[in-house]
Amino acid sequence: MLETIIILIKVWAVLIALVSGAAIMTWVERKESAVMQDRLGANRADILGFRVIGLFQPLADGLKMFFKEDFIPDRADKFLHTLAPILAFFPALVTFAVIPFGDVLKIGDLVIPLQIAKLNIGYLYLLAFGGLAVYGTVLAGYSSNNKYSLLGGLRAAAQMISYEVCLGLTLIGLIMVYSTLQLDKIVQQQGELLFGFLPVWGIFLQPLGFLLFFPAAIAETKRVPFDLPEGESEIIGYYTEYSGMRFGLFYFAEFVEIIVLAALVSTLFFGGYQVPYLYADGFSFPWGGHWVLPNLIIVLLQLASFGLKIAFFCWLQVLIRWTLPRFRYDQLMRLCWVGILPLAILNILLTGLILLLIKP
Amino acid sequence: MESVFFVILAVVTVFSALMVILQKNPMTSVLFLILAFFSTAALYVLLSAPFLAAVQIIVYAGAIMVLFLFVIMLLNLNRIKEEGSPLLKALGMMVAGMLLVIAAVVIRSTVIPSDSGFVAGTEPGFGSVEAIGRSLFTTYLLPFEIASFLLLAAIIGAVVLAKKKL
Repeated sequence: MLETIIILIKVWAVLIALVSGAAIMTWVERKESAVMQDRLGANRADILGFRVIGLFQPLADGLKMFFKEDFIPDRADKFLHTLAPILAFFPALVTFAVIPFGDVLKIGDLVIPLQIAKLNIGYLYLLAFGGLAVYGTVLAGYSSNNKYSLLGGLRAAAQMISYEVCLGLTLIGLIMVYSTLQLDKIVQQQGELLFGFLPVWGIFLQPLGFLLFFPAAIAETKRVPFDLPEGESEIIGYYTEYSGMRFGLFYFAEFVEIIVLAALVSTLFFGGYQVPYLYADGFSFPWGGHWVLPNLIIVLLQLASFGLKIAFFCWLQVLIRWTLPRFRYDQLMRLCWVGILPLAILNILLTGLILLLIKP
Repeated sequence: MESVFFVILAVVTVFSALMVILQKNPMTSVLFLILAFFSTAALYVLLSAPFLAAVQIIVYAGAIMVLFLFVIMLLNLNRIKEEGSPLLKALGMMVAGMLLVIAAVVIRSTVIPSDSGFVAGTEPGFGSVEAIGRSLFTTYLLPFEIASFLLLAAIIGAVVLAKKKL
């Protein structure tokens, strides 16, 4: 009974953090683009004269979405038209279940692992639910009864299926190095030290893997420079016929995906919740010196470290989005099949060779 | 607890499998088929075979059904006409009846263990990625390699078919 309650609390905590984080990300995106383009950005929303650098903007946006006319095009498939945004939103949310956000929290005799599901197949779970995201976009394009939306949906499907292959292959090197599919074990191994001072983060062991994974993952989230499925400024995309909160779900799913991707990158390549030189009983530095800390402080430090890493990669993704122009479609496909895919296979071969040489 | 989940999942599986053939809109049929694959994957999880469940979702729900969806979207089969020829109906009934006989024979000859409904894997590590990988690369190495060879041939075949000029 107690275990069930703890799991429910964890699920709710992650859900609330994720959704409110996504709401804040909408503000971050607008503000960061404004700074980059030398504008003021979102600062109009005010409550009783308080503006707080535009932080009320997500609230105003949400309110607007709910009260807009919820429009379904004539002769569109009503059932599929309603289902599509749900199918787009759901995979983005559930992938966070296998990402560990801390080691263990000890309250008295109770040991609580800070991860919703310790899955033996964590990485495969990510791939499985990442692969389902394509249904939302394809069905949105199909059910709108609009040829341009259908074409957008087709572009989305081709892009996402292609990049899914790349995404799967870029991480195989990492799995070979840590020899587990379980994300919490991968993070645990990243707490150890290489040559006595360097943390064994994925970025140091798999630099090529990271360079290939990050663009492939951004392509999977369909953001600029890979935003051909929607192409909001010129070509018409798959959710053109959506309005109100149905559109809001697509929009929101994108921001949840930013956070999930940031969490994933920091989990796999940047040590997840690990703080360098922080162990289960406190800091112990390679140059000597030991600093014992209580469990609660360590957990808080780990949460802060994970949050900071996520914030950094969210910032980086928004930076990339407002810096690069969009690819042409053939360039996009060439990048995947001729660029990333052979390099990913090369990465697997190199990793295998090196592992064979090191481990007797 | 497990049997509660089993009953729920079994009902969802059977219901969605039925909806696949009862729906008139092929698009909805595909979605119900995906739901059926999903609940089957959940049943695999209950049987402590998480790897099989993940692969089921990745391969069937994630890859094969997307292709189905593509084909249906592009062929634009809006509504399949209801009336078929009487010959076709008779043939369908015959095949269904034969299948029923085969199924009945199989069910009759199956020995169901008397204690409890279903038995999950008992030894630790059963159904895990490590266990499956080990058996694939030791006991079943030859079938595994032959299957990969078959897939390679299929890929090359697809390339040859798609590209008129190489």
